[in-house]
Amino acid sequence: MKISKSVLGGVTVATASALVLVGCSSSGSETDTSASTDGSASTGDAIIITNGSEPQNPLIPVATNETGGGKIVDALWAGLVYYDGDGAAHNEVAESITSDDSQTFTVTLKEGWTFTDGTPVLAHNFVDAWNWGADLANAELAYNSYFFEQIEGFSWDESVPEMSGLEVVDDLTFTITLANANAEFPLSLGYSAFYPMPDSFLEAEDKAAWGAAPVGNGIYTLADAADWQHDVQIELGVNPDYMGERELANDGLKIVFYATQDAAYADLLAGNVDVIDGIPDSAIATFETDLGDRAVNQPAAIFQSFTIPERLEHFSGEEGNLRRQALSMSINRDEITDVIYQGTRTPASDFTSPVISGWSDSVPGSEVLEYNPEKAAELWAEADAINAWTGTFQLGYNADGGHQTWVDAVVNSIKNTLGIEAEGAPYPTFAEFRTDISNGVIETAFRTGWQADYPSLENFLGPLYYTGAGSNDGDYSSEAFDTLIDEGRTASDPETAIEKFQEAQEVLFQDLPAIPLWYSNVTGGYAETVSNVVFDWHSVPLFYEITKN
Amino acid sequence: MSDRITEHYVAPSDPNEGGEVDKVRLSDRKSNLWLDAWRDLRRRPLFYIAIAIVAVVSLAALFPSLFTDTLPNNDCQLANSNGAPTEGHPLGFTRQGCDVYARIVYGASTSLSVGLLVVLITAVIGIPMGALAAFYGGWIDSVLSRVGDIFFAIPYFLAAVVVMSVMPQRNVLVISLAIGGFAWASLARILRAEVLQVKNLEYVMASEAMGRSKFSTLVRHVLPNSLTPVIVYLTIALGAAITAEATLSFLGIGLGSSTMSWGNDIAQAQSSIRVAPMALFWPSLALTVTVLAFIILGELIRDALDPKARARR
Amino acid sequence: MLMYVVRRLLQAIPVFLGTTFLIYFMVFSMPGDPVLALFGDKTPNPAVLEAVRAQYNLDQPFFVQYLLYLKNLLTGNLGVTFSGQEVSEVFARAFPVTLKLVVMAVVIEFLLAVIIGLISGLRKGGIIDNTNLVVALVLSSVPPFVALFLAQYFIGIKLGWAPVTVGANATWGAMFLPALVIALTIYVTGMRLMRGSVIEAQNADYVRTASAKGLTRGRIVGVHVARNSLIPVITNTAASFGALIAGTTVTEGIFNIPGIGKVLFDAITRGENATVVTFVTILTIMYVIVNILVDLLYAVLDPRIRYV
Repeated sequence: MKISKSVLGGVTVATASALVLVGCSSSGSETDTSASTDGSASTGDAIIITNGSEPQNPLIPVATNETGGGKIVDALWAGLVYYDGDGAAHNEVAESITSDDSQTFTVTLKEGWTFTDGTPVLAHNFVDAWNWGADLANAELAYNSYFFEQIEGFSWDESVPEMSGLEVVDDLTFTITLANANAEFPLSLGYSAFYPMPDSFLEAEDKAAWGAAPVGNGIYTLADAADWQHDVQIELGVNPDYMGERELANDGLKIVFYATQDAAYADLLAGNVDVIDGIPDSAIATFETDLGDRAVNQPAAIFQSFTIPERLEHFSGEEGNLRRQALSMSINRDEITDVIYQGTRTPASDFTSPVISGWSDSVPGSEVLEYNPEKAAELWAEADAINAWTGTFQLGYNADGGHQTWVDAVVNSIKNTLGIEAEGAPYPTFAEFRTDISNGVIETAFRTGWQADYPSLENFLGPLYYTGAGSNDGDYSSEAFDTLIDEGRTASDPETAIEKFQEAQEVLFQDLPAIPLWYSNVTGGYAETVSNVVFDWHSVPLFYEITKN
Repeated sequence: MSDRITEHYVAPSDPNEGGEVDKVRLSDRKSNLWLDAWRDLRRRPLFYIAIAIVAVVSLAALFPSLFTDTLPNNDCQLANSNGAPTEGHPLGFTRQGCDVYARIVYGASTSLSVGLLVVLITAVIGIPMGALAAFYGGWIDSVLSRVGDIFFAIPYFLAAVVVMSVMPQRNVLVISLAIGGFAWASLARILRAEVLQVKNLEYVMASEAMGRSKFSTLVRHVLPNSLTPVIVYLTIALGAAITAEATLSFLGIGLGSSTMSWGNDIAQAQSSIRVAPMALFWPSLALTVTVLAFIILGELIRDALDPKARARR
Repeated sequence: MLMYVVRRLLQAIPVFLGTTFLIYFMVFSMPGDPVLALFGDKTPNPAVLEAVRAQYNLDQPFFVQYLLYLKNLLTGNLGVTFSGQEVSEVFARAFPVTLKLVVMAVVIEFLLAVIIGLISGLRKGGIIDNTNLVVALVLSSVPPFVALFLAQYFIGIKLGWAPVTVGANATWGAMFLPALVIALTIYVTGMRLMRGSVIEAQNADYVRTASAKGLTRGRIVGVHVARNSLIPVITNTAASFGALIAGTTVTEGIFNIPGIGKVLFDAITRGENATVVTFVTILTIMYVIVNILVDLLYAVLDPRIRYV
């Protein structure tokens, strides 16, 4: 999903901290196999303390669309599949997921899984949960209902209590039928929207109230609603009945809610928190010195760009194309990521992310992302020959998300290379920024970004550039691109799919519906109190693997 | 009895002399006050220092090119990011590689204008609100003070977001309105408290007893004697306004990064404080020195205008 | 006197209505669709948007929204946040924390202002006076975010003399450092006000009389000069109390204090009207009460001020 106002800069107050949907993942699970150092059920004191933020929605997976709640939901639930650190999907509750035609999938469940209230995890817990989430009548809570869009029978126009594409075969088996074939669909099943829900939820009158004391089947559990001190912290205990294959190496997880990354970082330096998954702007130049080998800085599934809508003056047709190419070549990405970000961003070489399998840094056409001042000036002059440039190039961003630093650097780079006036155009609030974009009335270029929901090339392309797609903010439309995406989605094997998606990227490089800037790295760090800290493809530490020293 | 003639000495009348005396008395009392104040100020060395600073800053605000040849926004090279001073760039570079000195010089205009405009707006609204409320009391006090309470309660961030977004464009006047338009309530309350005290003094009662109208008494006697806290508040508010502009820039509802201001520079430099503290230090210094100069000036003028304080020296 | 207080309390009603209306209107007129922002960078399906809008009455025209809000308010329902929590609960949780912080900051500010202002006023023009001014000014011109950051880094992390962040441990002791830093950055106004009135008071007739009566200097300063000079400082302190309560956002962010500054700021940027209006309205009522107390205090400090 979307990276919204992700990283808060400096001291900014964490305004709606990152509405990024944390996707799937990783988080939690423990196993009760006695691999853990002390016997499973015992409550040891190896509690891992980490940073987070107050959930913005009740703790219901399908209602959770931001990182604060996502981190907790992923710790409390286990889905059909889970993603390992590299993003590869492994069966968890699912025994198997099979299909002959990439359109109808048969899911069988492992026996013996239970929710923490003791009730079993059965086929209907998945089917009913998904039907509830997909039903338009529940849209006021089910923010993630679009995940069910592909399932046959889903509707945006009317309430559908039961989608025709879901069918319970027996207690441990159900089938999913998609409206259109999609070989990558099983990959998405580890996303939190697809978690099973216990009967107590399905029967609850007040779902939001249920979400204050949720019951899941994951590695960790919220033993007592009082362990969640709103706006302060949440303490998760171990779920002794978890029976997945992920092995728990600690005795619990305490997530402290921080208003700013600066505060979390200060606590890390002071030894009050064990692991943090974000480094504030003010420490970006020093954190690797401060933390030594306990600093984390690795590529992540986050792509950043800016978009210049076709409808802006000077940016349509041939002239617009030349100008987009020129702008792209006038940005010195290496220097900006190096100087401004101290290597915590990686210059982009495509429209996806290096942590996704199939990624390539040499898609034909990607030369347009290289800094080339001469060529940029030349192309700009060509565009001027069609229609002379007037005015100031403006790049819009929401000021409450810590974007000003890079925007200033990018416009300076453009200004210095092309010799035109260029400046950042801050919007005070994210709401105003998004509204102008959604309504298609924004009069400037604007920042865009994407964090993958699940590890797939398609997830970086389809939702953003397909004609009419939900996050196609620049209203881009290309028949060639759409066709290639369709072909990739229905391809019978992953290799063919990747090939099609890369061809689709070639189209994007010609049209530049968005101008790629860089991939955000996941930055973080941990204290001397813990070891075995690994951040997954989705920028979240694999909490269950962390051990306390 | 009355037929006795007594001769008294009568001084020969000198029309000119008497006339002059009368004229002085008739002429505006204020001009005398200001003249006295000026005589007093001329003798204070601090006054010249303060005036010099204000003059230099004002000159920089009006004609920045007198102070530097560098155009601060046109040659920011990341290669110079957080760089140390070099020839022609005496104060080094910002994180974006812009010249710190040139930015300070060019920022003077915005910062000074915001400071002065906010003070002006605060004074124009706050002084009448506070003075009228306290002096007339009763329902006037109730209405004006309660309006003040409402404005007081509005979080300035909310006010700033609304003002900055509702106005068609963001400029110095708009941001000053956003800050000053909601900052006057404090001044009104402080002045109200002072006027409550002053209005009970003997000379105020005397003025009214002598038939001066209430309003005229307020303007002629009460206000001038209540100005101490007003001047104190406003001179400090000048600096506070410049800092407030910094905070608004920091929160993203300021003037945007292509407008140079000390506040913007301070907000931007904050993130590099560990590696390049000087980029934060210099604009802060400019701000402090300017505010200091205005406070000293305010203080001296207040002293000079206060006949009692003058007499004591 | 009692009548005066009752009348003042009654005046809180129009203030209450005025504030709720004004704030509601301001949040309403903030550009941008708050519901859209709940979905991050992804534009949700219009059907979802509609459902969520209807849930918060955001699909109604302004006056209907406002009246619905008022109606709920009068029945004791302060509304819910976008995350489904009762606004009243959020306030009850966050307010005591902020109150502790602000009371501490304001008390320190008041003491600094009175003591240093008194010394400065008595030593007007001397080296102490000038040093006090420069120190106070330098402190006040450091932007709060810088001062707090430095205090946290050096005193909290490097020296370990104070907790680095507050979090669940919102005690007086844990919040002393941020309170002290706030006080240091704002005491300049109070200090200068005190100094100014001390200088004036020294010239006042009652002080001359006292000194003619042969009272000791200590008594003159303590009783006559200081007491009569307190009015502007107290007014200013009350004002900064109000400003701080709603304006501790940056402090709370840096020290991770779970108070209302952060909640209010988030609510404003999110356009969460129920939270903003409720918080601000409660705060307004508080200012009204504080201001009544301050006005009564005037009469105590200066017997010439009388209320009918």
